[in-house]
Amino acid sequence: MIGIPASSKLVVSSSPHIRSVESVQSIMFDVMIALFPAALMAVLLFGYRALLTMVIAVVTAMLVEALWLRKKDIISDGSAAVTGLLLAMTLPPASSWWLIVIGSASAIIIGKQVFGGIGYNIFNPALVGRAILVMSWGERMAGAIWPVPQPFDFGADVSTITTATVLVDQSQALAVGLPQMFIGNIAGSLGETSSLALLLGGIWLLYKGHIDFRIPAGFIGTVFILGLVFGGGFYENHLLTGFFHIVSGGVMLGAIFMATDMVTTPVTPKGRLIFGIGCGLITILIRLWGVLPEGVTFGILLMNAVTPIIDNFTVPQQFGGVKKNA
Amino acid sequence: MAKAFFRGGVHPEYYKEITSTLAIIEMPLPQKVVLPLQQHIGAPCELLSQMDKSDVAKIEKGTRVKVGQKIADSEGFVSAPIHATVSGTVTDVGPHNHPLGQQIQAVTIESDGEDAWCENIEPKGDLEALSAEQLRSIIREAGIVGLGGATFPAHVKLSPPPEKPIDTVIINGAECEPYLTADHRIMLEYPDEILFGLKIMIKALGAETGIIAIEDNKPDALRVMERVVSQEENISLVPLHTKYPQGAEKMLIYVITGRTVPAGGLPLDVGIVNHNVGTAVAMARAVRKGRPLIERVLTVTGRGVNDPANLLVRVGTLVSDVLDFCGGLKESTLKLIVGGPMMGLAQPNADVPVIKGTSGILALTEEDFYIAESSPCIRCAKCIDTCPVQLMPTSIARAAEHGLFEQAEKYYALDCFECGCCSYVCPSKIQLTQWIKVAKAEIMKRKKK
Repeated sequence: MIGIPASSKLVVSSSPHIRSVESVQSIMFDVMIALFPAALMAVLLFGYRALLTMVIAVVTAMLVEALWLRKKDIISDGSAAVTGLLLAMTLPPASSWWLIVIGSASAIIIGKQVFGGIGYNIFNPALVGRAILVMSWGERMAGAIWPVPQPFDFGADVSTITTATVLVDQSQALAVGLPQMFIGNIAGSLGETSSLALLLGGIWLLYKGHIDFRIPAGFIGTVFILGLVFGGGFYENHLLTGFFHIVSGGVMLGAIFMATDMVTTPVTPKGRLIFGIGCGLITILIRLWGVLPEGVTFGILLMNAVTPIIDNFTVPQQFGGVKKNA
Repeated sequence: MAKAFFRGGVHPEYYKEITSTLAIIEMPLPQKVVLPLQQHIGAPCELLSQMDKSDVAKIEKGTRVKVGQKIADSEGFVSAPIHATVSGTVTDVGPHNHPLGQQIQAVTIESDGEDAWCENIEPKGDLEALSAEQLRSIIREAGIVGLGGATFPAHVKLSPPPEKPIDTVIINGAECEPYLTADHRIMLEYPDEILFGLKIMIKALGAETGIIAIEDNKPDALRVMERVVSQEENISLVPLHTKYPQGAEKMLIYVITGRTVPAGGLPLDVGIVNHNVGTAVAMARAVRKGRPLIERVLTVTGRGVNDPANLLVRVGTLVSDVLDFCGGLKESTLKLIVGGPMMGLAQPNADVPVIKGTSGILALTEEDFYIAESSPCIRCAKCIDTCPVQLMPTSIARAAEHGLFEQAEKYYALDCFECGCCSYVCPSKIQLTQWIKVAKAEIMKRKKK
């Protein structure tokens, strides 16, 4: 037959025959873009030490993953770089290089690869790395002494001037004021301080459809309400106490970037709301009544552990389906 | 209450502009046609000669037939007879490639080129004078099936049980599959017949209202149909948002009327019957001219086709002949599909006939698709968010992969209508739809045991 290719050339496969251009790699790239405002803010506030921390964490993560998988392609799907950058965001701005390397390597190996690599890990890898550091070097990770931001001074060594974080010393919060806290001009981990920058990233991820609003909404909403009710009355206006709790510490970073990690969070719409609320609840419990000043890391890790159970109990009813009575 | 959107769905590239402005061309008579005895969902037909009816002509090798002559039928209610689509001589009765991928019993007719029509084909009279029962019988005898692709026998949908009254008939002009423009052209070129077909359905069902629904990416079709229905009191036009799979009947009914067809149920459970625009035209011709379904409009398109077109083709024409008429395929063609890119069936060769449900022939090249290796699921849940019937494709697929078919059924695998959205969005390029099809087939097999 004229003009018809030999049948041996024709590919026969199941429908659909077209696919969206989105890939795991493109999603990871979008997450990197979403982290850009927070990374930029970190450099503006904490100078070269912040940049150095991010570079060491990202490069370590990529190298360790490539070594573990014995692959030459160190970029691969980009997930290792995202893990490294997320971990950096949770580190003190003037961390020692070896602390960063250990954290990043543990995130990749213990947080991800021992479970079978991307898609199979139970816990958020960056938070596993952070948790190991907090447990091993508590004073360096969650101590009382934190660098003070030196805005627009790239060359400043922020490790020299220190203060206590607002979560440890609440008089700091009154001195700094909520607007400055929202912008991020406070002591804290390098990527967590600027709620403004994190929210910008969150809007990008929502726009691209990579995160479900239910998780950050449930998380931040719960922290706000419980903070307002139980958070102590160091602001006359209790609403302000609620705001204090969502713009301080790692709530924004956790709610927008960590609790929305695809692999380790529920896949059902209802499950994601429950997950977000659970993270907020545990965060506040630890903050107000726990031994640690901050509870975001363990709030999310604990909820990661119950994710399969949440998924099992929140299977959506199919279109036109009727709930079967048990 | 009408809804703006159904949940989920995707927005693929449509590529409708390749053929949307090309008027329907009547393809010259083919030299031969191959008519499979199963071109519909339901009981397969048998050759009339085998049905033990002494008064009908025997159909066997060497029999001369005329256009529109019934050659095969079934005693089953859910079935539709098959008619000769050219005049000439039966040259073969035996298994032949079918677009569904199997070998199916088929009648091959060599055309004599005269296009001589069967004598008993004549107008059936005034619609006013025909009873609902007569209309159903005309439509059954004309062999009309759902021409949107599902090929469900049309008279069955016009025969609801008495306890389920139908109030609304919806004519589906959504044509949400990318590339395809056959329905679009039908609306532009045969609007009066669509309206007449709708009136036949309303009468046959005793319904109150008729609705013609069209996606808003076809503004010219909306304008033409608006003009046609403007004089009608009980018939209205509904523009739909453009989103795949808007034309799926459950989504269509939900958006237009706000009614939810129960899981495992049919549109008639909520008082609605819907038919494709092409089916409406076929009904109009069956009543006005007495013509059985012997031809259909289809779109021949895709980067691999040299001269894309919308064609009026005799049923049974070989895809290879259709492609020859369209200037053949380019060397770069990698996939030949019968139907659209989301739900169509890839063919290993072009030696398959156009059947009643063939809405398009699509040739994709390496530029249009790639065979991606799938990577592990990253639980992004995009398949769940996009599923129009709110299933968990990733969970069903994983269960199927591990042979856990009871679990797949608990995740409502049987409610999947295989629209392909989950596979389309999956960033890990997992063949979710394929796994769900596997699960469905296995679950059904076990149920039959």
